[in-house]
Amino acid sequence: MSAPALAALAPDSAPVGLLYILSFSLFIYGVRLGTHPTTARRGNGIAAVGMAIAVATTLALQGIGNWGIIIGGLVVGTVIGVVASRRVQMTEMPQMVALYNGLGGGAIALIAWAEYRHWIVEGFAVPADEMVPTLLAMVVGSISFWGSNVAFGKLQELIPSQPLKVPGQQIVNALLLGGLIVGCVYLGASADNGTLNETIFIVMLVAAALLGTLVVLPIGGADMPVVISLLNAFTGLSAAAAGIALNNTALIVAGTLVGSSGTILTLEMATAMNRSVGNILFAGFGSPPESAGGGGEDRPYRSMNAQDAAIQLAYADSVVVVPGYGLAVAQAQHAVKEMADALEAKGVNVNYAIHPVAGRMPGHMNVLLAEADVPYEQLKEMEEINPELPQTDVCVVIGANDVTNPAAKTDESSPIYGMPIIEVDEAQQVLVLKRSMSPGFAGIDNDLFYHPKTAMVFGDAKQTVSDIVAELGDL
Amino acid sequence: MDLVTEITILVLAAFVGFEVISKVPTTLHTPLMSQTNAIHGIVVLGGLIVVGFADAPLDYIIGFIAIVFGTINIVGGFMVTDRMLEMFGGRKQKPKEEESPDGEESG
Repeated sequence: MSAPALAALAPDSAPVGLLYILSFSLFIYGVRLGTHPTTARRGNGIAAVGMAIAVATTLALQGIGNWGIIIGGLVVGTVIGVVASRRVQMTEMPQMVALYNGLGGGAIALIAWAEYRHWIVEGFAVPADEMVPTLLAMVVGSISFWGSNVAFGKLQELIPSQPLKVPGQQIVNALLLGGLIVGCVYLGASADNGTLNETIFIVMLVAAALLGTLVVLPIGGADMPVVISLLNAFTGLSAAAAGIALNNTALIVAGTLVGSSGTILTLEMATAMNRSVGNILFAGFGSPPESAGGGGEDRPYRSMNAQDAAIQLAYADSVVVVPGYGLAVAQAQHAVKEMADALEAKGVNVNYAIHPVAGRMPGHMNVLLAEADVPYEQLKEMEEINPELPQTDVCVVIGANDVTNPAAKTDESSPIYGMPIIEVDEAQQVLVLKRSMSPGFAGIDNDLFYHPKTAMVFGDAKQTVSDIVAELGDL
Repeated sequence: MDLVTEITILVLAAFVGFEVISKVPTTLHTPLMSQTNAIHGIVVLGGLIVVGFADAPLDYIIGFIAIVFGTINIVGGFMVTDRMLEMFGGRKQKPKEEESPDGEESG
């Protein structure tokens, strides 16, 4: 197919460079507007405009051909992207992000491979400053693709989300990593004399795929936010590497921006869990439940039905809702909002305490509650709400567990010792909405459930909250 | 462009990124992640360049998949972020939004 008339910009010309600068400026400005909820949506649109400019500029490059394949790819991708993003539930957002992240990583690995093949066909010597970034992009992109797919599978519960431990997996991972480094050095060094070896390249592509899969597979579902964020950073950095290989500034800046964002979020979450990133990735956290607080199997606890819970809530002055992943699973966000409305109608002051790692993604709870139209001002961060909890009459813990476990403050032998928690045990009364007494995702027993001021309300979170709303109506 | 210039750009971009992103509140971290996720879909440019200048069947296939992946990443990422942020932006009760925030079809 022949190129349309617009394909006229020389690849290294000033207009192309300027358009790419415009494009990445819009990305940065778009992210900058993301610092406030009222401007964030506009920021996202502005970043999307930047993307459109970058794509249009590239399509206008002189000599671009194969329009059938290009347009076909864009159309297929757009259709799938539009349909998928319309259909996805807000509760499924973490796996959606994992999936998109993986696709980005996969695209990078494929591009690196195609670039490498291009050099083989051309048969000329490849300078190391293009070879090395290409190899990096391939390795990291492939790790990101497969790691993200495993994370998606775990979050979607296609594969068991429990932490898996296989003996010797660290050794296998170390060997794979070592092999990849040797391969990079070998291919990088042999590039100058034109002896390019596609077999080694493909073996490395597969090795990186294995490494990505094996590193993420043993990690428990509760640690997925950190993994997704880290893989997001990886994809960003491999995009930047691809940008260096292709001499494309838009790719370099955009990739680095994503790399920074992923890195910051990863570190913030690790801090919020009081664990190092290395510990999260390699410790198979949560596998030893027996080491955690209190030995007794049948410790006494108090349970309550929805009617009593409704009475307790109705006579409170202040109520703090502590949401967790269980709320997302039960899709209880709208019911919770109804409960809050019913309570507010009775003059009860309702707030929400959001732990930084509640849910399966940073800020996951905020998205769900925003979906249910909970006012932004009622969502309190952990540091903000903790000092207010001793004056709070009732805390309602909905589907949250480890982020409220007092063992994090008191029990040095607990795996979560030192993790900042929402200090629910400081409140006057605690209601815990939970399906059963079984320990949470991390497999750690929670002393809060046995506390004298705690009452358990068993059942599906959404059903229980709806029952409470019905009872509130009758009061 | 020489390597040192490119690394200069990369390092400066890293500082800008850290500066801007540290200011995003925890509340908005999910949309932030989703938006930056969409931004790394810019690798589709690499796919366009690879396919645009390719002349072997396997390269067509590899490049086609790369373009599809990258486009899903971009279109899906921006649209999903838009859906999330729509809920954050106050009480505006809009009917179903029809404008898509991406200009991908421009090919």
